[in-house]
Amino acid sequence: MIDTNIYLHRWPFRRLPGDDPVALIAKLRGAGVTQAWAGSFDALLADDLSEVNARLAADCRRFGEGLLLPFGCVNPALPDWREELRRCVDQHRMRGIRLHPNYHGYALGDAAFRDLMAAATERNTLVQIAIQMQDERTQHQLVRASPVKLASMPNVTGARVQLLNATRPMAMSAGTLHTDFAMVEGVHGLRDLARDIGAERILFGSYYPCFYFEATALKLKESGLAPAVIATENARRLLQGAK
Amino acid sequence: MIWDLHCHPSGFGGRTPEESMAEVIRLMDLMGIERSCIYLGSLQDTNPDPVRLREHNDWILQALQHWNHRAFGFAYLNPNYVDASLDEIKRCVRDGPMVGIKLWVARRCSEPELNPIIEAAAALKAVIFQHTWLKTGGANLPGESTPMDMATLAARYLDVPMICGHTGGAWWQGIRAIRAHRNVSIDLAGSDPTNGFTEMAVRELGAARILYGSDAGGRSLGSQLAKVHGAVIPDEAKRLIFGENLKRMIRRR
Repeated sequence: MIDTNIYLHRWPFRRLPGDDPVALIAKLRGAGVTQAWAGSFDALLADDLSEVNARLAADCRRFGEGLLLPFGCVNPALPDWREELRRCVDQHRMRGIRLHPNYHGYALGDAAFRDLMAAATERNTLVQIAIQMQDERTQHQLVRASPVKLASMPNVTGARVQLLNATRPMAMSAGTLHTDFAMVEGVHGLRDLARDIGAERILFGSYYPCFYFEATALKLKESGLAPAVIATENARRLLQGAK
Repeated sequence: MIWDLHCHPSGFGGRTPEESMAEVIRLMDLMGIERSCIYLGSLQDTNPDPVRLREHNDWILQALQHWNHRAFGFAYLNPNYVDASLDEIKRCVRDGPMVGIKLWVARRCSEPELNPIIEAAAALKAVIFQHTWLKTGGANLPGESTPMDMATLAARYLDVPMICGHTGGAWWQGIRAIRAHRNVSIDLAGSDPTNGFTEMAVRELGAARILYGSDAGGRSLGSQLAKVHGAVIPDEAKRLIFGENLKRMIRRR
C-alpha cells in the first residue's frame, strides 16, 4: 500500500498521537503501508523552508527505513524559490514537492505559481497541492486559511499534479488532476467520486497523523472499489515519471 | 458490538424510506454496525412547522417498520412549536416505537422554551440528543446551539442525561464546555476524523460519557468508525463508546 499523504513534525495546534517518527513508522508498517509520501507540518508557518526541507529529508532517511519519500515545500511567493526547488530535487533527491498555497499567500492564477509548475514539470517532479488542512469551521480564530481555489489552475503540458485533502466537489472541479480522498465524505462519497472522475485518478492518502489512519482505509472498504488499484497501482503509476 | 447513535437514512439514497433503509442496513452489515439510531426524514428543513415535523417523524416510523431489530427512532422536535413537539413525544415515544428525541437548530437549547420538551422527554426516559456546533468566526445559524448552550441547559436538569451532538465540532472546546456537567455525554459524529479527539474525550470525561455516532449519510461510516477503531485508548473504553453506553441509555426506558 502506498500512502500519498502523511506528515512528519509538529501540527501547529496540538500534539497528535503518532507524531513521534518512531511511532508513526510503526503505525504505517502495522497497517501494511510499504511507501509513504511525507511532507512536514513545519512547512505551513515556518519562515525558513530550506531548513524544514533539509530536516524532512534527513528525518525520512533516519527514521524511514526505506518507507518514507520526502516531499519538500516550495513557496513561489518567496524570493529565489527556484533555488529551493533545485535543492529539493538535486540535493535532497525528492521525487515530488508539496505546496501549501493557502498558508503561503499565493493563488494558483499567480504568475509565480505558473512558473513553479513549469519548472517542476521540466525537472520531472510530481507536484502535490494541499487544498486545505482542516475544516474551515474549526480553524483557530487567528490562523484561518480558506481552501485553495482551483478555478485558476494553469494548464502546464506534462505536469503531474495530485490534490491533497480536497472534498469531492473540489476534486471534481479540477479537470484531469489526481486526488486523494482523505477529506471526501459521505457514505457514497468515494464511490461517487470514482464514478465522476475515474478510479484511476484516485490515490490513497490518509493524512496521518492529523487524521486517524483508519479513516481512509475504512472509507475504501465502504466504497467497494478495488483496494489494490486505489491503494497502490495509481500512486505507483503517477510517481513513475519522476526520477 | 457497535451501535451508531447518529444516522440519517435519507442521506443513503433511495426513493422511499424502505429503499433508504435497505442501503443503511447493507452498509451497516459491511462495516460491522449492529444497530443505528435514525432521525430526520426526507425533508432536511431546519425549522419545520407542525405539519412538516409530523412528516419527518412519519418518514422515520415508516423506515423503522421492518427494521425494529436493527434501528431505533428518535422523534424530531422543534422548540419553536412546543405544543406540536409535545404531541410528537406522545405519538412517537410514549405511544410509539421511538426511544429518543432529536433537537436540531431551530432554537438554542439554553432558552427556557425548551423546558417543557426536556421535562416530557425525561419523564419517559427518552434519550435527549441536541445538535451543537461552534464555528470559527461565529458563523453559527441563529438558532444553532453551542456546547456552552448545552451546559446551560444541563445545569437546569442535573438528573437528566443528555447528549451534546457533534461535541460542538470544535471538540477541544466542546469537551471543556460540558466537562463539569456529568449528566452530559458527547457524540463523536459528524466532524472530520481528527486524531486525538477520542483520546482527549476519554482523558477529560471518561469513556462512560462518550458515544460513537456517524452522522451518515452526510458523513462516511468509515471515517467516523475510525475515531474509535484508531484511538489509542483501552479496549474496554472502545467497548463502552461503541455500544455499551448507548445501550445503557436506551435501556433506561
